[in-house]
Amino acid sequence: MLVKQLSVFLENKLGRLAEVTKILGDKDIDISALSVADTTDFGILRLIVNKPEEAELILRENGFAVSCTNVIAIAVIDKPGGLSTVLDILDKVSISIEYMYAFVGKANDQALVILRVESPDKAVEILKKNGIRVLSSNEVYKL
Amino acid sequence: MKYWNEKYECMSRDEMSAVQSERLVTTVNRIYNNVPNYREKMQKIGLEPGDIKSIEDLPKLPFTTKQDLRDTYPYGMFTEPLRNVVRLHASSGTTGKQIVVGYTRNDLDSWADVMARTLVCAGTNQDSFVHNAYGYGLFTGALGVHYGAEKIGATVIPISGGNTKRQIQTMKDFGSTILACTPSYALFLIEVMEEMGIKKEELQLKAGVFGAEPWSLNMRSEIEERLGILAIDIYGLSEIIGPGVSSECSCKSGLHVFEDHFVPEIINPETLEVLPPGEKGEIVFSTITKEAFPVLRYRTRDISSLNYETCTCGRTHVRMNRVTGRSDDMLIIRGVNVFPSQIESVLLNFGEVAPHYQLIVDRVGNLDSMEVWVEMTPALFSDEVKKLEDIERRISAEIDFILGISAKIKLVEPKTIERSEGKAKRVIDKRNL
Repeated sequence: MLVKQLSVFLENKLGRLAEVTKILGDKDIDISALSVADTTDFGILRLIVNKPEEAELILRENGFAVSCTNVIAIAVIDKPGGLSTVLDILDKVSISIEYMYAFVGKANDQALVILRVESPDKAVEILKKNGIRVLSSNEVYKL
Repeated sequence: MKYWNEKYECMSRDEMSAVQSERLVTTVNRIYNNVPNYREKMQKIGLEPGDIKSIEDLPKLPFTTKQDLRDTYPYGMFTEPLRNVVRLHASSGTTGKQIVVGYTRNDLDSWADVMARTLVCAGTNQDSFVHNAYGYGLFTGALGVHYGAEKIGATVIPISGGNTKRQIQTMKDFGSTILACTPSYALFLIEVMEEMGIKKEELQLKAGVFGAEPWSLNMRSEIEERLGILAIDIYGLSEIIGPGVSSECSCKSGLHVFEDHFVPEIINPETLEVLPPGEKGEIVFSTITKEAFPVLRYRTRDISSLNYETCTCGRTHVRMNRVTGRSDDMLIIRGVNVFPSQIESVLLNFGEVAPHYQLIVDRVGNLDSMEVWVEMTPALFSDEVKKLEDIERRISAEIDFILGISAKIKLVEPKTIERSEGKAKRVIDKRNL
């Protein structure tokens, strides 16, 4: 139930983000979610795309530093306190979250969130046990 | 006091050659009998100590390189039993290995003598207060100035480096007349002085001896104008003795080499042949009085030229022109010798092959700064910011550990560092020296 996420190293300079999205767009690769973590000098672009292996290859060929990580995609109820319910569950079993970000789109009354944790398999098991909807790769790409 | 040691400083060329010849023969024997590394080099070319009869024979001798000093670390080049060595100094070397040099009592006396000559060149006398802002420690700078000034009978203020505001207050209150520090620190002192609202007229400064790093003529005029002093260039390296190898006089037209102790030659760094006076090349020194750590034809890698004309100050010592560059890739940053290979050895700890890197050296607000740009590799990359920031911190800490200077680390995208003919350009030096 894990989803592949690509991370791309970007220097903080003009046009780098546009370049990545253009390369992917030209190859007909669809981005379902993204986030940028940045410092004063550099940023890390994190992407969920429909063809992760192909995207990784293309970006590498274009000279980018890319890595692939397994993350979890979950759906939470889109109302106050929705997210905190999920975080509570993970907190109780001491799984810490490295980072998280929300999806571009959403389904029904649910908000979609990407979580990056140290032990993803264990986290998925706990989340499911507590009735949280965990999305598969295919579900994510359709969004 | 015009000269410290008139006998030697104003000696005729014939007399000087006689002194040098006698001392060279002694030194060759001393080294041949005590340093296997150098003896083997002489034997390899079929040279015996008896073949060296005068200073004219100097070019027959093999060279000594920094690599020889590393290979014999720590005491392999010493020619006195260690019980006769009363002082050690060291300079930074590749991958943390330092170069160790030793001094006997007589060596310290000669060193104090040549440093007294240097300080007298700047007008120091018994009434002077020598503000010694070189860093005290294993580096030779501070203790060289210290003993030279004491030998003259001047009052030494051993303030060492750092704590700039207190330095200025001390200069003002104690009445410092001679300033000894690196030229870039002198400019920094001036800036802080101006911030504190202290005018040059409130100080007693008359002159400064500045060395340990290359500096431009523009820097000199800036220091002279803004402090209202005479600023002279001094030269030395720990492998020879430390500061006190050569010094400008108030004429500021070349640095007098104290050649009754250190004999200079200029060579072509490629062909290794000796070049005639006036021609530019690598300056090579042979020490002819040292007991604990003598070296013959030591290749400094500094580019200079020699002038044998008598100076208007009356000194006959040969003058070397200010050092204009290096015949290797060594950089001097804040007075510390830095080789790009040292940075490379640090980066090797971060992946199987060292990532491409570039050193960006600049002078910001009169202080040298170094940035190290490191190209991202798959081995270094992580999707977490804190891990990348941790890599930057660890590289910086390693560089600080090996070189003792702080560097800002900047991670850059793959293939963004400029390459010429496939090889990355390792150093961009923006300083205008």
